[in-house]
Amino acid sequence: MSEHIHDPANITNPEHADHHIVSPLQYTYVFISLLIGTAVTVWAANIDLGVFNPIVALAIASTKMVIVILFFMHVKYQSNLIKMTVGAGFFTFLVLITMTLSDYMSRAWGLW
Amino acid sequence: MDSAIDTTHAEHDAAEHEHVYVPQHRHHFETEEQQREAGSFGMWLFLLTEIMFFGGMFFAYLLFRNWYYEPFVVASNQLNIGMGAANTAILITSGFFMALAVWAAEVRKKNLLVIFLILTTIFGCAFLGVKYFEYKEKYELHHIPGASFDVSQFINPAAYHLNQPKIAPDQAQHVQLFFFLYFAMTGMHALHMIIGIFLLFWLLWRARKGEFSSGYVAPIENFGLYWHFVDIVWLFLFPLLYLINRHPLN
Amino acid sequence: MSTTETSILNLPDQSTAVIPKKNFITAEDGLLSWLLTGDHKRIAMLYLISITVFFFIGGAFAGLIRLELLTPQPDLVASDTYNKFFTMHGIIMVFLFLVPSVPATIGNFLIPIMLGARDLAFPKINLLSWYLYMIAGCVILTSLVLGGVDTGWTFTTPLSTHYLNTHVITTAVGVFIAGFSSIFTGLNFIVTIHRMRCPGMTWFRMPLFVWSHYAASVLMVLGTPVLAIALVLVLLERVFGIGVFDPTKGGDPLLFQHLFWFYSHPAVYIMILPGMGVISEVVSTFSRKRVFGYTAVAFSSVAIALFGFFVWEHHMFIMGVSNYSALVFSLLTMLVAVPSAIKIFNWAFTLQMGSITFETPMLYAFGFMGLFTIGGLTGVFLGSLGMDIQLTETYFIVAHFHFVMVGGMLMAFLAGIHFWWPKMTGRMYPESLSKLAAVVTFIGFNLTFMPQFILGYLGMPRRYHAYPAEFQVLNVLSTAGATVLGVGYVLPVIYLAWSLKYGPVAGNNPWQATGLEWQIQSPPLTENFTEIPIMDHEAYDYEWLEHKTAQEVNAVG
Repeated sequence: MSEHIHDPANITNPEHADHHIVSPLQYTYVFISLLIGTAVTVWAANIDLGVFNPIVALAIASTKMVIVILFFMHVKYQSNLIKMTVGAGFFTFLVLITMTLSDYMSRAWGLW
Repeated sequence: MDSAIDTTHAEHDAAEHEHVYVPQHRHHFETEEQQREAGSFGMWLFLLTEIMFFGGMFFAYLLFRNWYYEPFVVASNQLNIGMGAANTAILITSGFFMALAVWAAEVRKKNLLVIFLILTTIFGCAFLGVKYFEYKEKYELHHIPGASFDVSQFINPAAYHLNQPKIAPDQAQHVQLFFFLYFAMTGMHALHMIIGIFLLFWLLWRARKGEFSSGYVAPIENFGLYWHFVDIVWLFLFPLLYLINRHPLN
Repeated sequence: MSTTETSILNLPDQSTAVIPKKNFITAEDGLLSWLLTGDHKRIAMLYLISITVFFFIGGAFAGLIRLELLTPQPDLVASDTYNKFFTMHGIIMVFLFLVPSVPATIGNFLIPIMLGARDLAFPKINLLSWYLYMIAGCVILTSLVLGGVDTGWTFTTPLSTHYLNTHVITTAVGVFIAGFSSIFTGLNFIVTIHRMRCPGMTWFRMPLFVWSHYAASVLMVLGTPVLAIALVLVLLERVFGIGVFDPTKGGDPLLFQHLFWFYSHPAVYIMILPGMGVISEVVSTFSRKRVFGYTAVAFSSVAIALFGFFVWEHHMFIMGVSNYSALVFSLLTMLVAVPSAIKIFNWAFTLQMGSITFETPMLYAFGFMGLFTIGGLTGVFLGSLGMDIQLTETYFIVAHFHFVMVGGMLMAFLAGIHFWWPKMTGRMYPESLSKLAAVVTFIGFNLTFMPQFILGYLGMPRRYHAYPAEFQVLNVLSTAGATVLGVGYVLPVIYLAWSLKYGPVAGNNPWQATGLEWQIQSPPLTENFTEIPIMDHEAYDYEWLEHKTAQEVNAVG
């Protein structure tokens, strides 16, 4: 734990579980990164990268999402259960998108 | 009932320290930590339902963008990228202040907590304010799908002194589809923000009373999770809706 | 011990036995103490009453359907009205009965007790769940009273969005709200199971009932929101007409179906998994034997939940999906049958070399195993692409899902209600009458739905109120069966209600079952346990039970 909070009655942590408190400085780094990411997204959108435009945009958005989840939402310092829960959510979302897409993408493949 | 199901529970922790409970402790939880973890886990499960809920709309967007790329490009370019980018920055800032509010609650600094919650709310309202002006602009330009939608400006942009590519009349109908998705997705997002702001006011009122400055941080933490999630949805909405192809005339 | 060879029922001496004065029912008085309760057991009771009411409303529609189908001509009601019958039957039975049946009643009641906890993780959300359910039920009944909806319970587009003037919006709102009720129940269960097990209660010591509820809860949380967005899009399409499901405006009606079935296929596993959990408990108790292959049964629940997400397109094979994706989904559908089959095998091996007795819950369990197997196998037939082209939208499908849902799930629900009735109420139901009801139900069920398989492969379409005259005999058989089935369902309501006042006192463990719920009083205290138990033995440990009971006998002296 990087921050030692004075907590004589140990209310927030009676089981001595490792409760990491993310510092304002870490938050500030994340904040600046998010703003930079936004600026880069807009700048990249104005350059013609052909098919890579949406890929770049989504890659930056995904990176932003990851740092928000890890730091703003504390998941980096949470239990494995929480990490697995987040993973399960994304997994199910991806199943929805990809398996439904499999129908639409293969419709144009012609008849047997 | 005694032989196998006896309890050594009391002996176990007598050696450790006595349990201290915040006033908000619920009787069916053994410890504060269990209550807090359960609450956080419960909020994450709720966020999973939100991921799947928005997921349906993201899929619809993916499908129709794929099918109707040119109309979607033209439609996307109707959106004001400056307002969109500014809103993204505003929402990120709001999220930053929310994270700081959670920190302030964790370190028991009541005044800072209240200030950060107020800032979160202000930036959240600013986001909604910008959205209002965006929607107003769309209304004035007849971009709202439905009866008032005007397709002629897309079929014949030159007549309206618009510098954008012409699209065929049958494809022009699909511009409406883009705007439907735009309003449905940003509208659903805005609805979640409005609910969040009401919750923020409620939390602010309780924070000012000091409810969250003596170790009971769960509501602030869990609301923070919700707020960041709403932020993440916007982080995807912005590039997908506003930045489809910002140089279509090339 | 007063067991005989034909029954393991062990009631206390009725001349001295009393219902414990302090229990969750007597804890507080007054209507508000029930309507504002946080006690999971009281909420379970509230659900039990409301679910029963909606079941009979849905059943009434079934009766009307079968009445119309007595004759080949469409002579009882107009086509639109008939469409409303089967739509309301489906919506009420699926969303207001089957989805909440076991989880919200038996699951709510038992999961904290089985885990050694005092309550679910979020009691207020549990209560909210019940209120959302009631509101949803009222909204759906409102739409019924206003004139009903005739889209079929599947709200298929573009029929529901462009071609009907009935109360689609009201009903969709009702289903949307019911979805949230389901989500909150599932959320509550997941958090409770992860975070509130008593000391010593490892994952693999939990009863299999809990495992199946865990799997069903994951499906509820991850699948239901997609139904929600599908309904929202239907609402927006109907109100604003933007074209997301309208081919003339570039939309795709199949998009709705993909989103709808992405939930509705996992929904059938939401409906059946808790029932399978009940069967595990009942089969074990009435064979006096631990469930064979505990780990396999536990993991098969999770596997059903996981694979259940990958097969939804098999409901859309004839709707215009690509042949390639249809192939893939057909293959995956074959795979999803495997975990269910594993369970049936494991129950069968539990029975082998066990001391089997045929009390009412066990009769229902046997009914389940046979009928669910038939229903499940016909599901595999339907998953095969070629067969499905022929059989879909016929009575074969109707028979298939009624076999699994009514022959399977409803029987499991009744098994569970009978099995845990003494625990929930402190009273035992009349055994001979209940056995009669079980047999009547089984006969009635087979008479109703077996002919429908034949009708299906002979080509009778579903959702039609007229049919070729050569199908009449089978239809009459089916309607006759439905009448018998109805009797079989009314009987339990009567004798269970009777038992509340006149049934013998049951005592803590009338079935001599293992499981934490049987070690506490019947009905339980509000806080379930006087002291949080420590679990130091495996699930279904009959030796532990014997050892404990032997000790008890010694102690009484």
